[in-house]
Amino acid sequence: MSRFKLYIHQKTEAAPLAVFRILFGVLMVISIIRFWSYGWIDKLYIQPKFFFSYYGFEYIKPLGQFTYLLFLICAIAAFMVAIGYKYRISIIIFFLSFTYIELMDKTTYLNHYYFISLLSFLMIFLPAHAYFSVDALKNRNKAFQYIPKWSIDSIKLLLGIVYVYAGLAKLNSDWLFRAMPLKIWLPSKFDVPILGNYFGEEWMHYAFSWGGALYDLSIPFLLLWSRTRWFAFMLVVIFHVLTRVLFPIGMFPYIMIFSALIFFDARLHKKILNVIAKLLRVNTGYFENKRQFSLKNKLFFKLVTSVLILFFAIQLLFPFRYLLYPGELFWTEEGYRFSWRVMLTEKAGYTQFKVVNGQNGKWFYVDNTEFLTSFQEKQMATQSDFILQYAKFLEKHFYAQGHRNIEIYVDSRVALNGRLSTPFIDPNIDLTKQRESFKHKSWIIPFKDDIKGI
Amino acid sequence: MKKVLVVLVFISIIVACSSSDSSDDTPTPPTPTPPPSGTAFQRSAMLENWADNIIIPSYQDFSSSLSDLNDAFGNFTVSVDENNLLALRNAWLEAYLAWQRVSMFEIGPAETLDYRLNMNIYPVAVEKVETNISAANTDLSLPSNRDAKGFPTLDYLINGLGDTDAAIVARFNSPAEGSDLLNYMESLISDMVMLTDQVLQEWTGSFRTTFVQNDGSSATASVDRYVNDYILYYERFLRAGKIGIPAGVFTSTIAPENLEAFYKGDISNQLFLEGLDAVQDFFNGIGFNSSTNGVGLDDYLDDLEVIRDGQNLSDIINNQFDTSRNVIADLNSFQEELRNDPPVQLLLAYDEVQRIVPLLKVDMLSALDINVDFQDADGD
Repeated sequence: MSRFKLYIHQKTEAAPLAVFRILFGVLMVISIIRFWSYGWIDKLYIQPKFFFSYYGFEYIKPLGQFTYLLFLICAIAAFMVAIGYKYRISIIIFFLSFTYIELMDKTTYLNHYYFISLLSFLMIFLPAHAYFSVDALKNRNKAFQYIPKWSIDSIKLLLGIVYVYAGLAKLNSDWLFRAMPLKIWLPSKFDVPILGNYFGEEWMHYAFSWGGALYDLSIPFLLLWSRTRWFAFMLVVIFHVLTRVLFPIGMFPYIMIFSALIFFDARLHKKILNVIAKLLRVNTGYFENKRQFSLKNKLFFKLVTSVLILFFAIQLLFPFRYLLYPGELFWTEEGYRFSWRVMLTEKAGYTQFKVVNGQNGKWFYVDNTEFLTSFQEKQMATQSDFILQYAKFLEKHFYAQGHRNIEIYVDSRVALNGRLSTPFIDPNIDLTKQRESFKHKSWIIPFKDDIKGI
Repeated sequence: MKKVLVVLVFISIIVACSSSDSSDDTPTPPTPTPPPSGTAFQRSAMLENWADNIIIPSYQDFSSSLSDLNDAFGNFTVSVDENNLLALRNAWLEAYLAWQRVSMFEIGPAETLDYRLNMNIYPVAVEKVETNISAANTDLSLPSNRDAKGFPTLDYLINGLGDTDAAIVARFNSPAEGSDLLNYMESLISDMVMLTDQVLQEWTGSFRTTFVQNDGSSATASVDRYVNDYILYYERFLRAGKIGIPAGVFTSTIAPENLEAFYKGDISNQLFLEGLDAVQDFFNGIGFNSSTNGVGLDDYLDDLEVIRDGQNLSDIINNQFDTSRNVIADLNSFQEELRNDPPVQLLLAYDEVQRIVPLLKVDMLSALDINVDFQDADGD
C-alpha cells in the first residue's frame, strides 16, 4: 500500500499531457468538420426513418435539425479543450455530446468512437490544463509545471489496453491459420502501388495477419521502454499509415499516431510547444514555474482515485464478458462490441422478414429498403440485437396500419470469414414474442464450424 | 539525430494526412522483383469483355430489333389489317425479348437517362394513355408520362384495345380515333428509338473507354459499381418486378395486372426466362449471341479460389441459376398460375429465384470484397 501511496504522489512534467490535450482537441475538431462536410450528419442521423438504439438507451435519439447544433456544440467543446479554456467544463461537454452522438444509432458503432468516449471521460479527471493553456495563462494559480505521474500513465494504460486487447482478439484460428479476413481484403487492394502486386500472394496474407497480431501485442511495451521507443514510434507510423491506405478508417490512424507521442519524455513535448508558442507569440517560460499540481481536497482526491481504479477495472474485465455467453463469439456477436475487436472478421448477411397473420395464415415479405438505409440494412443483417429491434419496429408499424395477430419471422443468411452463408436466425421463431435482454438469444442458430482461440 | 527523426516522422505524418489515397508512405517491399507471375486477376480484362462482347453487342441487337419494329409499324400504317397487326406484334415481341438482354445495364448513359424507367414501367396507366391519345402532342419526355409509354403501352395498344384482332384493327381503322392511335404509337416508337440511339452512341463513343479504364477497386470503380447495379436489377426488376409483385409477396394480395406484358397475356414467363438467361450469361461472361465464354464474375471468383463447402462458389451460383430456370420453365404463363390465390406454384418458384440473392449479395460480394452500395462511412 505504501508503494501505491508513493506512486500516487509522484510528480512529472506537465508538458506531455498539454501536447496530448492540444492534439486531441484539434483532431476532434477536424473529425467533426470532416464528418459534417461529407454530409454524414444528414445521411446517418437525419434521413433514416428508424434508428437502432443501444439496449437501455432507447431514449437517446437524433434531434432532427438540432442534431447539427449537437455537432456544433461538440466541435466548440473540442476547440476549447485544445486551447485549454474552461477546460473541465469543456471536456465534460465534449464527453457528453460526443457520447450522445454515438448512442443515437448503433449502426455507426466503431471501436474508435468508443475509444474517444472513454478517453474524453478519462480526461475529465486529468489536469490537462495545468500547462500551456488559456486557463493557466489567465490565472497564475492554475498554472503548474508538474502534475501527478498517474495522470499521464493513465492515458498510456488506456492505449496499452486498446492495443493488447486488439492483439489478443487476433489470437484465433481464423486469423492465424486461415489468414482470414485479410485473405479476402488484401487481394481487392490490388491498385495500391507496388505492394498491390503482392496482395494476391498467400504468404502476404499470413505475413500481414501475424505481423498485425504481433504489432498489437508488443507495441505498448516497445513504446514504454526508452531504448526501443523511437523504433516503436516508426512502427506506429508505418502501421497506421498502411491501415489508412488499405482501409476506409477515417481519422483513427492519425489519432493513434499522435496519441503515441504521450510515451515520449517531456523534452520532446517542450520542443513541440515551443514551436506552437512561437507561432502564437506566447512565452513558454511562464509555465516553467516549478509549481506542483495536486488534489488538495481529500474527498475529491479519494473520489478521483476510486473512479479511475473502477474505470480501469471495468476496462480490463469488460472485453471478457463474452465468456458468459455460449456459442461462437464471431457468429453470435454476444459480447463483441466495446472490446477492441477491430477489423477482425469479414461478415455479410441478408435478411428477409415475413409478416404473418397468425389467424388466417396470410403473409407477405417486407421490403427493407422502405424503412432502412442500405448501411443500416447491412449492419442489421449480421447482428441479432438489430434484427430483434427491427422486427419490433415492423410489428408496431404494421399494427398501426391496421394489421392484427402479427407474427414476424426472418429468413436470414450470414457468411463469416469466407464460409458459405448459412441461416443465422431460427426461421420458425416468432420475433414479436422475443424480448431484448443481456441474456443469450436462444433463437440464434449455432455456428456450424469451429473457431479456436481467444 | 533525434531531431532529424522528429522532423522526418512529422513530415511523413503530414504527407499522410494531406493525401488521402496517396501511397507515398507505403514502405517498399523487401525484394524489388517484378510482380509475381501473370496469374493475378485482371479486372480490366473483365471490363473489356463486358463492354465489347456483351453490353455493346446487346445494345446493337436491341437497336436493330427496334428498327424492325419501326418497319413493321410502317407497314401497319400503310395498311391496317390483321396480317400487319400480327407482324407488328411479332416484331414487338422480338424487341421485347431483346430488351431483356439490355435492361440490366443501367449504368453510365442508361443511368443518366433513366433508360429502364423510360422504356419499361408496368403496369401501364391506361387512363393516362387514353388522355394522351385524345390530347395529341404529348410530351413523352416528362417523367409523369413514363407509365404511359414504352413496351407496356405498346402492349396495351396492340393487344389490349379489343377482345379480338378484328376488334383491335377496327379501332385503328375508326375515323374517330384511328389516326390519333397511330400517331401516339408512332411517337412511342420514335421515343424508344431516340433513347436507345443515345445510349448506344455513348457506349460506342467515349463511355466505353471511361468504363473500361475505371478498373480500380474503390467504391466508385466500374466493377464495384456495376456489380451493385447488376444485383439490384436481379433483386428488384427480375425477382420482384416480374414475379414477386404480381404474386403479391410484398402485400399478400395477388396483382395479375402487374405482370409484364399483361395484355398479351401469355409471355410473362418467356420474358422472365430471357432475363434470367441474360443475367446468368453475364455472370459467366458469355458473349452476346455467342458461345464464347469470356472473363466474367465466375472467373473472378475462381481466380480468388473461392471455395465453399468443397465447391466453387461460381458453381453453386450457376447451379442455383439452373434450378430456378428449370422450376420457372415448368410453369405456365404466370397468368395461368395467378388464377389461384394464393398462387402456390408461382410462390414456390419465387423462393427458388430468391435463393440466388443471398448467394450474390452475401457470398459473392463478400468474397470479392465489394461493398453493398456506395457507403462512404468509416469502418474500423
